Amino acid sequence: MAEIRVNHLKKNFGDFVAVRDSSFTVKDGEFFCLLGPSGCGKTTTLRMIAGLELPTDGEIRLGGDEVTFRRASERDIAFVFQLFALYPHMNVRANIGFPLKCDGIARAEIRRRVEETAQILRITDLLDKPVSGLSGGDRQRVALGRAIVRQPKAFLMDEPLGALDSEFRHVMCGELRALHNRLKATTVYVTHDQLEAMSMADTIAVMNNGLIEQLGSPREIYDRPASLFVADFIGSPSMNFLDTHASLAAGASELSIDGTKIDIPAMRVSVGESDLVLGVRPEHVTLSDQSTLRGEVFGIEYLGTTQIVTVTTKRGMVKARIPADIKAALGERVGLSFRPEKLSVFEKSTGRVLKSALHEGGVHG
Amino acid sequence: MAEVVLSGLHKSFGQTKAVQDVSLTIGDGEFIVLLGPTGAGKTTLLRLVAGLEQPESGTVAIGGQDATAAPPSDRDVAFVFQQYSLYPHLTVYENLAFPLRSPIRAMKEADIDAKVREIAALVRIDDKLQNQATLLSGGQMQRVAIARALVRSPSIYLMDEPLSSLDAKLRGDLRIELKRIQTVLGATVLYVTHDQIEAMTLATRIGVMDRGRLVQVGTPREIYSDPVNRYVASRLGMPAINFLPRMIFPDLDTPSSVTTIGLRTEHLKIAPSDAGSASGTVTWVEHLGDQDYLHIDVQNHDVVTLSDPDSGLKTGDLVRLMPVSPLYFDDAGNRVRA
Repeated sequence: MAEIRVNHLKKNFGDFVAVRDSSFTVKDGEFFCLLGPSGCGKTTTLRMIAGLELPTDGEIRLGGDEVTFRRASERDIAFVFQLFALYPHMNVRANIGFPLKCDGIARAEIRRRVEETAQILRITDLLDKPVSGLSGGDRQRVALGRAIVRQPKAFLMDEPLGALDSEFRHVMCGELRALHNRLKATTVYVTHDQLEAMSMADTIAVMNNGLIEQLGSPREIYDRPASLFVADFIGSPSMNFLDTHASLAAGASELSIDGTKIDIPAMRVSVGESDLVLGVRPEHVTLSDQSTLRGEVFGIEYLGTTQIVTVTTKRGMVKARIPADIKAALGERVGLSFRPEKLSVFEKSTGRVLKSALHEGGVHG
Repeated sequence: MAEVVLSGLHKSFGQTKAVQDVSLTIGDGEFIVLLGPTGAGKTTLLRLVAGLEQPESGTVAIGGQDATAAPPSDRDVAFVFQQYSLYPHLTVYENLAFPLRSPIRAMKEADIDAKVREIAALVRIDDKLQNQATLLSGGQMQRVAIARALVRSPSIYLMDEPLSSLDAKLRGDLRIELKRIQTVLGATVLYVTHDQIEAMTLATRIGVMDRGRLVQVGTPREIYSDPVNRYVASRLGMPAINFLPRMIFPDLDTPSSVTTIGLRTEHLKIAPSDAGSASGTVTWVEHLGDQDYLHIDVQNHDVVTLSDPDSGLKTGDLVRLMPVSPLYFDDAGNRVRA
């Protein structure tokens, strides 16, 4: 297994800039996620690491070796695609063993490694079955098996769970992460599904328009989003944004929205009079009769343990995730209050977060 | 809008009993969601109401009239499919006007225009009316597909996973829109999904289906908090309800037939503990942002529960689990009420 180092990687397709300037290091044994909407450059980045695309500029190092312009077959990595193309005329055993057969490995050795792989994936009972009758999950396990059996330096996965339905996808996430914990293989995983990234990754790189907007642990990215884009992309329902126009001095710990003073983490920078955006996660909103920031209940979505209450305010819709036993009625006027220490303030013009006490100290939890 | 009454419906395909003895009354203005995994028979049931399938026995009555043998076109139902099938060569406006131009309706052009604009505003595509239908985003196309059903005022709207081809964010937005539209129009809806969030947030009542049978019908709260059996209990809730053998909790006072304890997050008090009194070990804290999933090993059973992101529990911690009025089930998986 190996470390992957990407330095100032760029890729243009004609006039179109797919990847602007990406630098990151995937540590040995790390589960690294490239996350972003379609067209953000995440798959292109992955394909350059794999050697399926050549960069316009920049450098890729795999386990210390420069591999930027080396052929895919010379990189010792395994690629798992979204659409798991299994050979339909072969059984599971032959499908998993195929890459080894191509490498001219002895039959006894193939047999041993296929069986070991099947054990890791817990599909030993399927080995002699045809692939045509398998469920979606088992097909994906076989596709993974074909990657694992080669014992490559790194795994590259391009939305491998994209074809599965949402509930099953979460089950497979747990399985993939448990598999990673057993193999400790360096993995780069591309997805547009923030939940997949949150549940599996050690480190997430959030990409937008060919640029990495933020790089950090899932917790870091969720709790301290660096930009409006990241804040909006991560979390379901997503972060609430309330626009205001104000100036903030360093040390300030209050922001006024429509005359309501809202406590915020102490600012570490100052900004002059400008358009600002207060970001608050739904789970940090509570209904409070005392608050002067008021609105009308527009929707109530009961989810069992919790409920999402959508409130229309003068500053747009605000969603609150609150315990399901709190009573709220459609059309009711309610006050909203926020958990001060969890709030982010963004500069509207740049979309960047303003540094505050929220950004101090290590990642906790 | 009208009441739709299904009684004793049966439908088989060869050996497969797709729908077995289903009776259900869909009240005027109700939003009923049929919930179940693939193959539970929910789409077949929807197609029986639409007239796209014929039942072996049982009846379908729409607005007091027996419609069991009526062809789809005579049933006054509107169907929205998973895949939006719009007329690609027409504009959004023409797509919406199309159902109203049917010769049997003979609607005046002015009335058609008014209706199209009213519904387009309702689903918030009024600024796209002159666009070519296929040049819209996925979410906009599905809005058009839903709007095309809404321009008519049928007895009932039948919807088969209309949001499932959309991405998560869009699905969340359209969900709340759809509920609002249904409330505004007072529409009667029968809606099929395997997505529990859609079922919980949209339905006035949920019908849970299991291998062709309607096993429980009730409000989302009833289905969630008062399920009739293990199957229903495991359909709703994220993370899914945990089932543990009765003997893991020897101190619990339960009826004698109870063999399984069903525990959701709200049925569990979890406290850090020392080795002596511990009943479980934290194996993984899954940070999903707004919520953390706590995976706890309890005598080789994996228990998954929501935890407060600020609880500070981490992998390897010993914890004590205390059930708080959990759900009880017997050997056959049926609910035992305490």
